[in-house]
Amino acid sequence: MADNQTSTPDKPITYSDGRATRLFDHFKREWQIYLMLLPTIVWFLVFLYKPMYGLQIAFKDYSIFRGVAGSPWVGWEHFQTLFTNDQFLRAVSNTIKISALNLLFGFPAPIILALLFNEVLNATYKRTAQTIVYLPHFISSVIIAGIVITAFSPTAGIVNTFISWLGFDPVYFLTQPQWFRPIFVGTGIWQEAGFGSIVFLAAIAGVNPSLYESAVVDGANRWQMMWKITIPSILPTILIMLIIRIGNVMEVSFELVILLYQPSTYETADVVNTWVYRQGLQSGQYDLAAAAGLFNAVVAFVLVMTANTISRRYSRTSLW
Amino acid sequence: MMKWNLYSRGDKFFAIVVSILIGMFTVATLYPFIYIAAVSFSSGFAAQAGKVVITPIDATMEAYGFILKDPQFWISYRNTFIYTIGGTIMSMLFIIPGAYALSRPQLKGRRFFNLFIAFTMWFNAGLIPFFLNMRDLNLLDSMFGIILAFAVNAFNIILLRNFFEAIPQSFEEAARMDGANDFQVLWKVFVPLSKPAIATITLFCIVSRWNGFFWAMVLLQSEEKIPLQVFLRHTIATLSDDDEFAIVQTAAGFSAETVTAAIIVCSIVPVLIVYPFIQKYFEKGILLGGVKE
Repeated sequence: MADNQTSTPDKPITYSDGRATRLFDHFKREWQIYLMLLPTIVWFLVFLYKPMYGLQIAFKDYSIFRGVAGSPWVGWEHFQTLFTNDQFLRAVSNTIKISALNLLFGFPAPIILALLFNEVLNATYKRTAQTIVYLPHFISSVIIAGIVITAFSPTAGIVNTFISWLGFDPVYFLTQPQWFRPIFVGTGIWQEAGFGSIVFLAAIAGVNPSLYESAVVDGANRWQMMWKITIPSILPTILIMLIIRIGNVMEVSFELVILLYQPSTYETADVVNTWVYRQGLQSGQYDLAAAAGLFNAVVAFVLVMTANTISRRYSRTSLW
Repeated sequence: MMKWNLYSRGDKFFAIVVSILIGMFTVATLYPFIYIAAVSFSSGFAAQAGKVVITPIDATMEAYGFILKDPQFWISYRNTFIYTIGGTIMSMLFIIPGAYALSRPQLKGRRFFNLFIAFTMWFNAGLIPFFLNMRDLNLLDSMFGIILAFAVNAFNIILLRNFFEAIPQSFEEAARMDGANDFQVLWKVFVPLSKPAIATITLFCIVSRWNGFFWAMVLLQSEEKIPLQVFLRHTIATLSDDDEFAIVQTAAGFSAETVTAAIIVCSIVPVLIVYPFIQKYFEKGILLGGVKE
């Protein structure tokens, strides 16, 4: 836009309408900011919006040779296949179940941690502990999975070493379906609870100190202050974070699932995105997998939008 | 610490319980790392028998010797540095000018462009269309493809745009008086004033590049292009069910477990080195990014 306009600056302007002249002057004066924006816009078009155009293969009999545009339409056929496919339905159900467990156990963990940090009196102790518990957030999922695989190994792992000390037989944690979700959710808490507490600590830091001062005058102890002042004060933050979490129900960190699951645990571990990965990228059923991905994305979109509307109504500030 | 003697007995008890709970969680966070380090320095036999608990058993460097001799380890280590440095620079080239433009009130279509970018946070085409797009763009198995295709995300642009918008106009006006154009205003006024925000975004970029795994695994086929995380994954996956390796290793004093642990240690060490420097930024950054249009 900017370039077109500025490349012919000497041409006499003959618009009868003053609006066009003003627009011309605007681009002539401000072309630099449009030039700065251009690469970003092109990047979004090429890497994020063009795949959205490619999503039409969810409604097509996609063939690599014909390409996205040339493949014939098949309507809702892939979606009919999906909703009669036990593996896909299982993946949807697993996604929701894992998210629900994450919500139940993973959501309170950083809140509790933040409340505890707030009660630690020794600043150095608090600082050191914080530095350590934030660390796992920065570790890659491959390493996290490597640690989990090593620690839960039936013969070599520390967990089974402890179990054998207690006199029990070793447990094959990573090959038994009933262990996948506890391990996955527990790993998530270990990795993210510390980092997640930062938001709540910031909320606690924003609580008006005079509330505590008057509570001290009234003879309240720390425990009472935590329940009567701190928790009610950070309740809006808790609710907003909860809404965000619910909005992200479809977003199970599938990278970690791929690294930890195996065919014998698919039953409890396989989520929508891992199913998409296997069907699409490993087996080459691109159209069916794209349909599953589209289903996931639409559900996620509706949930996030709903979450945003609710939080906007609740807190009068939207999440973005 | 503060006014300890003024605390009631109940409060002292509470404080002690809290400190113990925090201590337990901290130890639980740290322990797996210590355990892995101990395994990496243990003999293969001790590790396989599950004897390692907290310190190395039959301490040896054999596992490290095995990895450091593997040329693929060094190749993927180098590649990770290329992806991290190249990717972070690429991100900045897009994000800084883009965020500046979006922060300008005089930008026409500003609302549209903001929505255009924010929309990608809420709706994502998914794995398959993204992959097919990369193939159509001829960016499969391309190091440049990895660097370019993951350079930008909406969150980072919005974070920096918010920061730019908060800069008082008076700073800019002084530069404009001296005849500065937009590029000069950005470079000489906005960038220096936004060091904390830029440092935060740089940090996010570096961490996500260093840890990037899934798309590198999917998009890269050549061994000479894979990053450390993919190499680590291959090693974990192949060593654990490679019988031939099991025979060789016992004689050599290392095992699948100790080699895996040694690679984990090698790839964590750089993170640990930079971690203290970045810590002060991410606490601020996560809140900056927080929650505003």
